Amino acid sequence: MRKSLTLHLGLIALLFALQFIAPAYHHGNLARIMVMASFAMGYNIMFGYTGLLSLGHAMFFAVGMYGMGLSATQLGLSIGPAFGVGILSALICSLIVGLLALRTIGVAFMIVTLMFSQTIFLTILYFGGITRGDEGFVIKQSTRQIFGLDLSDATTRYFAALLLFSLVLLGILWLVKSPTGRVLIAIRENEERAKMLGYDVWRHKLAAVVMSGTVSGAAGAAYGVLFGYVGASFSQVPYSIFPLLWVLLGGAGTVIGPFVGTLFMFYLIDLSSTVTDAYMLVVGVILVLLTMFARNGLMGIVRERWAKWLP
Amino acid sequence: MLKLTDINASYGKVQVLRDLSLEAKAGEILCLLGRNGAGKTTVMKTIMGLVPMTSGSLQLEAHEISGLPAYRVPKLGIGYIPQGRRLFSEMTVGENLQIGLMTRGKGADVREHVLGMFPLLRERLDQRAETLSGGEQQMLATARALCLEPKVLLLDEPTEGLQPSMISLIRDVVVRLKEQGVAIILVEQRVDAVLEVADKITFVENGRSAMTVTPAELKADSSLLQRFVGV
Repeated sequence: MRKSLTLHLGLIALLFALQFIAPAYHHGNLARIMVMASFAMGYNIMFGYTGLLSLGHAMFFAVGMYGMGLSATQLGLSIGPAFGVGILSALICSLIVGLLALRTIGVAFMIVTLMFSQTIFLTILYFGGITRGDEGFVIKQSTRQIFGLDLSDATTRYFAALLLFSLVLLGILWLVKSPTGRVLIAIRENEERAKMLGYDVWRHKLAAVVMSGTVSGAAGAAYGVLFGYVGASFSQVPYSIFPLLWVLLGGAGTVIGPFVGTLFMFYLIDLSSTVTDAYMLVVGVILVLLTMFARNGLMGIVRERWAKWLP
Repeated sequence: MLKLTDINASYGKVQVLRDLSLEAKAGEILCLLGRNGAGKTTVMKTIMGLVPMTSGSLQLEAHEISGLPAYRVPKLGIGYIPQGRRLFSEMTVGENLQIGLMTRGKGADVREHVLGMFPLLRERLDQRAETLSGGEQQMLATARALCLEPKVLLLDEPTEGLQPSMISLIRDVVVRLKEQGVAIILVEQRVDAVLEVADKITFVENGRSAMTVTPAELKADSSLLQRFVGV
């Protein structure tokens, strides 16, 4: 535990230091990466640790984002309570989705989550009068203030993103080491065996869906707060695929993997687009190679070869 | 201790157990013998709630436990070591044991007691289960089930594919558990092993408990093996 705690606290310390030593260009990038990595870490609870492959996680991100955004703009809540409403919305949504979707398994589960996500997307469009449909809406700078801090300020935003990232990272590290986390891994490895050892598999899966959806929703709400925009595009299929991709790249079932995957993907696109217009081709080739030669993801390789203790 | 009376069970529309009755008492080893497909493993899965009973009675210490969801059965003190061991292969030995301990909220004393039975596992606590040999995996599967401190232990072909020294170790553990008062139901293909440890032998044929005999009765009448096992 000491090694893994040191590693994760070290990552947080490194990100803290980067605010002071990295060029300003990277501050915005890293803030975005930390929020999206929190989204991916939420996804990892379900996929990486419990073995439930969702194709609809964009819904949780969007529900958190719209819960926060609409309560701030329509109900006039200040940003703190609005953020809380966003998280609560994602929790309720994930509970409902879990109760229904967990009646299915395997491919059917994937399809059901995809359909739920599409339902959320269409609902956002249908209530365009409130949500402003495809266009989305902006959260004014004057609203994005908390305890006298301006969350639209680049430095404040960076540290707010780091705070969210740190809480999620350490929270998931604790979860993975806890008895509940061990049972989730047992379910991923052999569901029937976990049942035969006396664990209520369905309830644990439901808990995983709710924790995963709530963390993803918190990331969505934070994105809206920190970047000042709430849009329907965040509820579309690509935003369900991104966390899957980030988790696979970084290493499913590793706490740090989703961050590594998000960071890698973000800078791969960023750097290759400065070299060529055909950057997506470069990205595609690299992803194919990684899929072929690093099936367990980057941190999966690290765990296999050098750090078997990596949680 | 564990009593099955007139159990009927089916996989979908296919009936697999027919009016099966048997009883394993505390401190007794009951062996199930029968041809492949006779229903021996299904008996164990039915006790564990993994195959639904359609009728009959399943009692643990005179309390009816039929119809309970599968995850509640181990909490009552029934441990099951299935054929093929089914470990959590990516977890370490220590983590596999921890999962077993958590089921009934057992602590370090039980862990120490179990590791005392399998000292080799103590040296492998941080090793991933998938890297263990077949014998070590069987030890771990047995140790994990013992972490429940079971009153009843179901073992499905525990010596399958093991070298003689491991078979001997597993047998010694089974005998020790019997002496501690655990009721054991053992499915085993090796008749010599059955004769060594069993107190009673029930032949299972077409999902029925066809006959129950003692090892002495079985030794005295070899035609029983030909009739029910085909050897």
